[in-house]
Amino acid sequence: MTRMTFAEAARCALAAEMRRDPLVWALGEDLVQGGIFGQYKGLAGEFGTDRIVSTPISESTIMGAGLGAALCGTRPVIEMRIADFTLCAMDELVSQIAKVRYMFGGQGRAALVVRMPQGMWRNSAAQHSQCLEAWLTHIPGLVVVAPGTPADAAGLLAAAIRSDDPVVLMEPKNLWTTEGEVPDDITPVPFGIARHAAEGDALTVVTWSATVPVVEQAARESGIACDVFDLRSLWPWDEAAVVASVRRTGRLLVVHEAVTVSGFGAEIVARVVEGVGPGGLRAIERLGAPRAPVPFSPPLEDAMRITPARVAQAIRRVANT
Amino acid sequence: MSGTSNETARRMAMLRDMARIRAFEREAVAAMRSGEAPGVVHPSIGQEGVAVGVCANLKRADRITSTHRGHGHAIAKGADARAMMLELHGRAGGSCGGKGGSMHIADFAVGMLGANGVVGAGIPIACGAAQAIRLTKEDAIVACFFGDGAVNRGPFLEGMNWAALYRLPVLFVCEDNGFAAFTRNSAVTAGGGPAVRAEACGVPATAVDGEDVLAVDAVTADLVARIRAGAGPQFLHAICYRWEGHTGTDAAAYRPADEAAAARGRDAIRRLAAVLEAEGIAAGEIAGIEAQAAAEMASHRAAAMAAPWPDPGAAYSDVQDAGAPA
Repeated sequence: MTRMTFAEAARCALAAEMRRDPLVWALGEDLVQGGIFGQYKGLAGEFGTDRIVSTPISESTIMGAGLGAALCGTRPVIEMRIADFTLCAMDELVSQIAKVRYMFGGQGRAALVVRMPQGMWRNSAAQHSQCLEAWLTHIPGLVVVAPGTPADAAGLLAAAIRSDDPVVLMEPKNLWTTEGEVPDDITPVPFGIARHAAEGDALTVVTWSATVPVVEQAARESGIACDVFDLRSLWPWDEAAVVASVRRTGRLLVVHEAVTVSGFGAEIVARVVEGVGPGGLRAIERLGAPRAPVPFSPPLEDAMRITPARVAQAIRRVANT
Repeated sequence: MSGTSNETARRMAMLRDMARIRAFEREAVAAMRSGEAPGVVHPSIGQEGVAVGVCANLKRADRITSTHRGHGHAIAKGADARAMMLELHGRAGGSCGGKGGSMHIADFAVGMLGANGVVGAGIPIACGAAQAIRLTKEDAIVACFFGDGAVNRGPFLEGMNWAALYRLPVLFVCEDNGFAAFTRNSAVTAGGGPAVRAEACGVPATAVDGEDVLAVDAVTADLVARIRAGAGPQFLHAICYRWEGHTGTDAAAYRPADEAAAARGRDAIRRLAAVLEAEGIAAGEIAGIEAQAAAEMASHRAAAMAAPWPDPGAAYSDVQDAGAPA
């Protein structure tokens, strides 16, 4: 194990996959310069500018070219810079990449990764802070992954690159500089298996991505025995583990950074209610953002931020209901 | 055909391909109008000279991307016409197992990477296909078909810049039939048009009469040779005319009748037939090629009507592996 940042862990994983498979390459803006979070730092020097390709600011073609390259047998890693810019390439992602295998009857597959760093980061305001994960879990054909630790940033990226499905990797911008233990030999983390981050009987807490360390801290400090799950991937997601936990605790709290309305937390609650039955639950709460754009000014942004204190309050509310 | 020159044989093959495309689409439109075939068909009748003149210069390993009007491109690239007709009928054994239909005809086995329901969507895909070909050092190029309506979409501008920037082996083929769906494209396009826009991004453009298959063939041969030699992307601006409406049910009342009639007078099939007759091919032999094409496609239509529907369970296959529908 080596202690490293989220960005460094992701960089190591990509480098390892590129060494392992000459068909893996990456395209996106400013990659030769290292990427805006340093997650491509030094890779152009090792692999050359045919495999680490700095592109024009042309999101439709970054995404669409990745698809064309996948259909011709390579395994592209498509960098969207930030998740918000995916909106400029939504046709290529939703109507082309997600559907190409199905609508051509299995003749071709989009074995590619789309990296889209998402969420709040240093007062970036409304067009650079969105969490679009629920949109993408709604689209058949996509695998949606949301790492919350440096180890998973590496393991899930490795798994995404080796997957024959198109994988959307939603990397939390606010965690790029957080540190954690990462295995020296990075191995793929399978999709759909949650990380059981803490064990307890008082309530089940489900989270992913940027709120993972926030929830873990809140659970530790709350003094309440929480059963905490970091989902790691949202489609597929570990419904079995969550439902089994709620059967035991009878209480569910879902915490995510995205807007609560129509967020993925709603899907989790619905599936848990279907799984345990309405009589099997004593308390349910979702903690997310209000249905408002993310503001610029620090105190305004903080008003929307999911903090350990807010999560701890929610844990107490749910545990004591 | 014994005793004819290689060049004449090649021209006979082009005539046969154009006749097969037209016969296929005549059957497809009829099947759609009669209700035999579900959904919508976008016929390319009148534009066969572009598909055939371009694809006559492509090898099997070369790839093409296509449009919502893609039957001609597919057949010209060597796609299985019977499987295509089954696909149009939504039957088992169709090119895409009945999950794509007319707008998503594809035959990856011959490098036909798919028709597309979104205007201009094939342009970025073609760019990436060319990058992959370069990365894997494959000896192949990509031909990217799109209509004149696509030049008003962002991916067109992005793709021209991209292909020129990386000097990609792509032949961009703009089939300029003058109409963006129901609207005359000149009424919604500012500036000098498709070729000017391509050249502004550094992609050399060459105009050609798309209703003259020999002209398309000759110009394409030159452009493809340049691309294979590493000259980077080239743009073929093929002027043509769509005989039918935007879809098989569109009567195209927005067009003057004499305009469409004039286009029929420029028919690429008749023009090539006249050249071949002047070279000594008997009229009966040419008629035979056309009759054979018509019989083949009628047979495919009958086969499609007789083919079974797909198993309903197939509706849930090929979605994705991880997290596939239960």
